[in-house]
Amino acid sequence: MSTPKAQIDIDRSVGDFHYPMDYAFDAGTGLTEKTIDYIADVKGEPDWVRDFRKHALRVFHKKPMPTHWASKDLDSIVFDDIRYYLSQGTKPKRTWDEVPDEMKKTFERLGIPEQERKFLAGVEAQFDSEAAYSNIKKAVGDQGVIFVGPLEGLRDHPEIFKKWFGKVIPTSDNKFAALNSAVFSGGSFIYVPPGVKVKHPLQAYFRINAENFGQFERTLIIADEGSEVMYMEGCTAPKFETATLHSAVVELVALKGAKIQYITVQNWSNNVFNLVTKRGLAMEDAEIKWIDCNIGSRLTMKYPGVVMKGRRARGEVISIALAGEGQHQDTGAKMVHAADETTSNVISKSISVGNGRATYRGLVHVPRHLKGCKNNTECDALLINPESRTDTYPAITVRGQRHAMQHEASVSQVSAEQIFYMMSRGLTEGQAMSLSVNGFVNDLVRQFPMEYSVELKRLIDLQMEGSVG
Amino acid sequence: MTTAADVTAEIELEESGPASAAPEATATGLFIRPPIQTDQPAWFQEKQFRAWETFEATRLPHRKDQEWRFTTLGKLDLSQYTPAPPLSAAENQALIARSHGNPQVAATMIFANDQVVQRPELSPELVAQGVVFAPLEDDLSSAHLHLMRKYFMANEAKLGSRKFSALHQAHVRTGCFIYVPKNVHIELPIEVFHWISGEGAATFPHTLLIAEEGSSVTLVDYHDSADRRQTGFTCGVSDLYVGPGAKVTYLAAQNWGEQVVNLKINTAEVGKDGHLTSLHVNLGGRYSRLESLNRLAGPGSRSDMLSSTVATGTQEFDQRTLQDHLAPHTTSDLLYKNSLSDQSKTIFSGLIKVAPEGQKTDAYQKVRNLMLSDAAEANSMPGLEILADDVRCTHGATAGHVDDAELFYLESRGIPRLKAQQLITQGFLTEILDRLNDERVTASLARLLNEKFARM
Repeated sequence: MSTPKAQIDIDRSVGDFHYPMDYAFDAGTGLTEKTIDYIADVKGEPDWVRDFRKHALRVFHKKPMPTHWASKDLDSIVFDDIRYYLSQGTKPKRTWDEVPDEMKKTFERLGIPEQERKFLAGVEAQFDSEAAYSNIKKAVGDQGVIFVGPLEGLRDHPEIFKKWFGKVIPTSDNKFAALNSAVFSGGSFIYVPPGVKVKHPLQAYFRINAENFGQFERTLIIADEGSEVMYMEGCTAPKFETATLHSAVVELVALKGAKIQYITVQNWSNNVFNLVTKRGLAMEDAEIKWIDCNIGSRLTMKYPGVVMKGRRARGEVISIALAGEGQHQDTGAKMVHAADETTSNVISKSISVGNGRATYRGLVHVPRHLKGCKNNTECDALLINPESRTDTYPAITVRGQRHAMQHEASVSQVSAEQIFYMMSRGLTEGQAMSLSVNGFVNDLVRQFPMEYSVELKRLIDLQMEGSVG
Repeated sequence: MTTAADVTAEIELEESGPASAAPEATATGLFIRPPIQTDQPAWFQEKQFRAWETFEATRLPHRKDQEWRFTTLGKLDLSQYTPAPPLSAAENQALIARSHGNPQVAATMIFANDQVVQRPELSPELVAQGVVFAPLEDDLSSAHLHLMRKYFMANEAKLGSRKFSALHQAHVRTGCFIYVPKNVHIELPIEVFHWISGEGAATFPHTLLIAEEGSSVTLVDYHDSADRRQTGFTCGVSDLYVGPGAKVTYLAAQNWGEQVVNLKINTAEVGKDGHLTSLHVNLGGRYSRLESLNRLAGPGSRSDMLSSTVATGTQEFDQRTLQDHLAPHTTSDLLYKNSLSDQSKTIFSGLIKVAPEGQKTDAYQKVRNLMLSDAAEANSMPGLEILADDVRCTHGATAGHVDDAELFYLESRGIPRLKAQQLITQGFLTEILDRLNDERVTASLARLLNEKFARM
C-alpha cells in the first residue's frame, strides 16, 4: 500500500503586494561607519548609542559566518547589496489620520488595525524602519506601562532600558546579533511596572516594503517584579526578486515572579533570510514562554532561549514550523539552567512539504553545582512528500546528579489509513491531508490567542491547498 | 552585576574560546614518519606511504569542528607516544596467561604490542569449510589477496577521525582477519586479545571481518593493558562486512588502563537481509573515543547497536555514531547506556540518517545517562537527518539519577546506601548484555564489568 504523495502548491500571493513609497530617509546600500553615522544623525541619538553601534559594526565584520554548522545558503547573502536604513521620518505617527494613505492601503490588505485595535491594548505597526503607527490605549498607559520604540526608550527612559539593553544578548553573541546591534531601528521597548498585569496582549505588526531592504528591529521587554505581559508579533512581507535580510534581536527580562509570553507568527515571503536572536532572562520564580510559529521566509534561523537565572524560574518554548517548497526552517530552543530547581519545557512540531526542510536545533545546559533542574524536550516531525527533509540536532549538557533531563524526537508521515478513512467519508484527498496536518499541530495551535490560532489554521489550510492532485 | 551575558559566555565557548588543538610543529612521538615495512608486499607499502601523506595533510581536530564538539582536545597529544616495541618471550607468555575469555570458544588469537603472540587454532572442520582466522599479514600476500585489496581500509572515517584513520593505516602491521564463507555457521565465539605494554607505547589494533552470504559468526575483541598505571595510546580500526542474510555479532570490551588515550573507528556494512549486532563495553582509558558507522546498504538489513559505559575518576568517553539507512525496509536500533561517577565526562553524538532511497526505514536511538556524582558531565547530541518520507524514526536522550524509591527499598532491606546505588547501577548497565540473551558470549564481559565495579 502506498501513501498518497502530495503535490504541494503553496499560495505565494499571501503578503505578495506592495505600493510604491517615497522614502524620506534612505541610507543607500552597503554597510560602513558612514552608514552608522547617517542612522545616528537622522535619529538624533545620544553618543553612547552611536558608540554602541560602531563597536557592534566592528564585531560584525570580525565574526565569521557560522557556516561550519549552519546552512551554506547563508553565503548567498550579499551584505553590500542591502539597504540598512530607510525611514518614513523618525517620529512615530500617533493617530490613524496622520498615517499616509498608501500605508493605510497596505495595512488594510493585511487586515490590521481599525477593527483589531478596539480590543488590542496597543498597536504598533512597523512600516519599514520606523514605527509608522503607534497607539497605546489610555488604560495601559495609566498603569504605568511604557510601550515605545527603541529610540524613544533609550532617549526618554535611559534609567530603565540602558540597564538591560544588550545585556541578555551581548553584541558578540553571534554575527547577526552584532549586525542588528549596529543598524537596529524600529521594534518595541516595553516596561511593565511591579505587580501590573497587562490584561490585553501588546501587539506589533512588522512589514518589509522595499526591495533588498533588511529590517533590523530591536525589542526589549522588561517585566518588573510580579508583573505579567503578553506580546504578539506577526509578520507578512511582500515578495521580491532578490533576497531580503531580516535580522532582529529580542531581549526579555522577567524580574522576580514576573511572567512574559512572547508570541510570533512569522510569514515573510519566500525570499527573506530571517536570522533572529531571541533570548529571555528569568529571575526567581519568573516565567518566560516563547510561542513561535514559522511559516514563511527562505531560510529562518531562530532558537528562542531562556536563561533561568533565579531559583524556580521556568522557561518554555512552543514551536511550530512549516517548511514548504524551497524553504528551510532552522528553528529550535536554547535552555540555560543557571539556578536551582529551574524547569524548562520545549515542544516543537515541524511539517516538511515538497522539498522543504525543517531542522530542530536545541541546546540544554545545566552547569555544575546546581540541583533539581528539569528539562523536557519533545520534537515531532511530519513529512508530507518523498523529497521532504527533516533534521534534529539537539545538544544536552548536564553536570551533576540531581537533575532530570529527557529528550524525545520522532519522525513520521501522515497515516495512509487516516487519509483513506477520511476519503471514504467523502473528503477530498487535499482536505484529508489538511485535516491530518491540522490535527498534528492542534494541541500547540490551541496555545495561541484565539485570533492567531484562527489565522494559523487558515494559513495551514492555504499551504495544504492542492497538495494532492 | 552578573548578567545573562556571563552565563551564556560559558556555553558560547565554541565561538570565543582559545584554540586548544595540540601543536604539530615539532616532529616528535607519533608525528615522526614510521619506517617503511619492507617485509610487506608493495601494494601495502604504497598504501601506507599514501596514508602518511593523508595524515600530514589533514589537520588535527579543532574545537569548532562539529564532530569534536564537547571533546577535551587537550587530551589528544600525539607527541607523547611512540610505537610499542615487541616484548620479551617471558612477557608475552605472562600476557597469554592473563587472556581470559569466555569458557567455550572456537579459537583465540592474542596480540601484544602489535605482534601476534598466539596464533589461533581452528577446528579442522571449520578449516575444511574454508573459514579463515589469521593474522592480517598472512593474507596480505596469500590466497585472499583479492579480498584484502578490496576490503582492507576501504572505508573512509566519516565521523571526524580521518586523520587518525590515516595514522592507523600508516602504522598498522598486523591485525585480525576473519573470513566466513557462504552458508558457514561458526557456533562458538571467535576471540581476539589486544594487549599494550610499556610507558608511552602506541598500538594500532586492526580487525577485518567478512561474513559471506548466509553465514554466521560471533567475534569478541578484548583490549587490555599489561600495567594499568602506564600511559599509552591506541588507535584501532575495525571493519565488518555482513553479507546478504548473514548474521554477525561483534562484542568489544575496551578495558585499557586508566592512563591510555584511545580511539577506535568502527565501520560496518550490512547487506540485504543481513543482521549485525554490536555491543561495546567501555571501561578503561583516560580519553576514549568510539566511532561507529553502520551502513545499512541492503534492503531488509538490520543493525542493533549496544553500548555500556562505566565512567569513573576523570575519564572521558566520547562516542559518535551514525545509523546510515541507504536502502528500503532497513532497521536500526541503538541503545547506549552510561553511568557517570566522580568527575567523569561522557559525550554521545549519534545521527540517524535516512537517504531518499531508505523508504520504510525503522530507526531507533536512545542514550541514557545515569548521573552518580555532582561533578560528572553528560553531553548528548542525538540527531536525525531524514530525506525519505515513509519512515519511522525516533530518538531519545535522558539524564537522571538513581531512583530514590529503589534506593529506599534496598536500604530497608539492610543494604548500605553506597552498595545499593552500586547494585542499581550495575543492573542498569548489565541490562545491555541481557539484550544478547546468550551468556556463553557475554559471560566474560559481565566479569569485566564486575571487576570495574569492584575497583570503584
